[in-house]
Amino acid sequence: MVTRDVVAVRPPGRRTVRVSATTTTRRRHTPVTWVRRGGLSALVFALPALFVFGWFSWLPIVKAVVMSVQKTNLIVTSWAGLSNFQHVLADPVLPIAIRNTLWFALLALVFGFPVPLVAAVLMNEVRRMKGLYSVLAYLPVVIPPVVAVLLWKFFYTPGPAGVFNKLLGYVHLGPVLWLQDRAIVMPALVLEATWAAAGGTVIIYLAALTSVPAELYDAAEVDGASVWGKIWHVTMPHLRGVLFVTFILQILATAQVFNEPYLFTGGGPNNATLTVLLLIYQYAFGTSLGGKYGEATALSVMLAVVLALLSVLYFRLTRRWSTS
Amino acid sequence: MTSTPTTTRPAAPVARPARARRAADDTPTRSAISEIEWRRARVRRPWRVMHAVMLVVLVVASIGPLLLLLKFAVTPSQDILRTPLAVFPHGVKWSNVTEAWTRVHISRYFLNSLIAAAGCWVSQVLVATSAGYVLSVLRPRWGKVLNGAILATLFVPAVVLLVPLYLVVLHPPLIGHSMVNTFWGVWLPAGASAFNVVLMTRFFDNLPREVFEAARVDGAGPFRVFWSLVLPMSRPILGVVSVFAVIASWKDFLWPMLVLRDQNLQPLAVRLPALQASTDLGVLMAAMAIAALLPVVLFLLFQRMFLHGAGMGGAVKG
Repeated sequence: MVTRDVVAVRPPGRRTVRVSATTTTRRRHTPVTWVRRGGLSALVFALPALFVFGWFSWLPIVKAVVMSVQKTNLIVTSWAGLSNFQHVLADPVLPIAIRNTLWFALLALVFGFPVPLVAAVLMNEVRRMKGLYSVLAYLPVVIPPVVAVLLWKFFYTPGPAGVFNKLLGYVHLGPVLWLQDRAIVMPALVLEATWAAAGGTVIIYLAALTSVPAELYDAAEVDGASVWGKIWHVTMPHLRGVLFVTFILQILATAQVFNEPYLFTGGGPNNATLTVLLLIYQYAFGTSLGGKYGEATALSVMLAVVLALLSVLYFRLTRRWSTS
Repeated sequence: MTSTPTTTRPAAPVARPARARRAADDTPTRSAISEIEWRRARVRRPWRVMHAVMLVVLVVASIGPLLLLLKFAVTPSQDILRTPLAVFPHGVKWSNVTEAWTRVHISRYFLNSLIAAAGCWVSQVLVATSAGYVLSVLRPRWGKVLNGAILATLFVPAVVLLVPLYLVVLHPPLIGHSMVNTFWGVWLPAGASAFNVVLMTRFFDNLPREVFEAARVDGAGPFRVFWSLVLPMSRPILGVVSVFAVIASWKDFLWPMLVLRDQNLQPLAVRLPALQASTDLGVLMAAMAIAALLPVVLFLLFQRMFLHGAGMGGAVKG
């Protein structure tokens, strides 16, 4: 009966009245009243999520922790204590993988962090065909990574006939051994990864920039700010919150990079692009190492813990600056 | 103020009503350069130059590789290898495409990609809409627990799940029938996207609850409200979730490679690297172009949904 009043009057604030009305009458619990009140249908609607998340998200998370202290060949499973962790930590390639992952993440920040920011700030001032700029920026993001990597792998062909070497040849440089030179292979991978991902970040920044209050610019103009002054003192500070988030998200994403090293080089040359995730993959599914599921999950759990600690630390440290 | 730009942009409003509408939406916000400053040549000219340079860079960087790919797809392998930048020195070789489609069985892998994408779409939309409906509209008392449990998965890096998830799919509890080499192994885990649930819940939160109450009073049950009111009202967000579900599935590589070991079931993205060694370069390029075609066409058709959704991604994560 209460609901009928709500419908008749339909003020926006009435919702709370109804909610409190139902909670006060929800005293007697019998299965019949539970079904009548929609308890059953709520459960039915929750089933797909419960099923899918339970089976493919919560169960694997628990399994990851359990498996990291087990030894298994999929038929016989035995308690392994911390030996998985010991094996992983004693593996001589682990320091290489960690160093490579850090190097990848650092390069990805150097290449990939300023480019979308500058692009978005400049694109925000575009007067004509702004949509075209966004479409062009985002286009590489929708290309399947496999196609992108294989294409770039061809661009990186060594020798003077490779596409990039040809371009360098026009300015009398190169030829460069893009994927064969240990010093150049990682920047080459990061260049492709940045090409593939930067557009998404540009769109995030542009979306954030639509909410800059016009008064701030007006006020800056009253104070006699130049265009660059307004960009520096109004536009950029407005992005600060988003920048803090994209920064850590990019680090989290690059720490889990797999496609580029796997498809470009398979970890080579001489482990120069072996990342932590590639090592996890090799433990579990690699042809020579393969089947070491305990070691693989132990390394996954360690990586996840490090990433979690890193993000907590990051948000602790930056809370003061990002909210102001 | 707003009438002056008509002199500088001649054809835009007539040719593209959608863009005109968007421009109208954007009027309350402004950017750093004011209209007055923009009319000053000293401000306008350098910015125009800067934007023109940027447009050229964007075109070269984002369309350039794709155009090269399209060109390679119909170029003889020898020409691709020797003169990758020359424009068809020895003619066009259309047979690359037909050969890829038929002899390399790209048609089958394309179909597999479609099947994988369609199933991922169904499972993501089903899970996201029903969960969003429970959390936002039905709001049972245990809703908070469910919400927390789903949100918590956002903070677990995907890397932790890889191996245990594979083992769950290999030997699933309860049913005892392996999902490896079945599409279920790709479809069902795709549904477990907390990000989608958050998007849906937030959108449903903004729908007018009075309408649902009215329908309930008129005798509509929860299923009727869901099907006839909530779903039609949430078309915009459904579009966003749908395009991202399809594209994500099309782009996915590692997971389908692990689950679909049988060649005949593998989607294009998984199959391409394997074909690399044994296939003629021109034919491989044609296959890659075919693989890139659908996402590019989808993006160009639904660009507003994509860009809107991509912008929202930042808002949700932030």
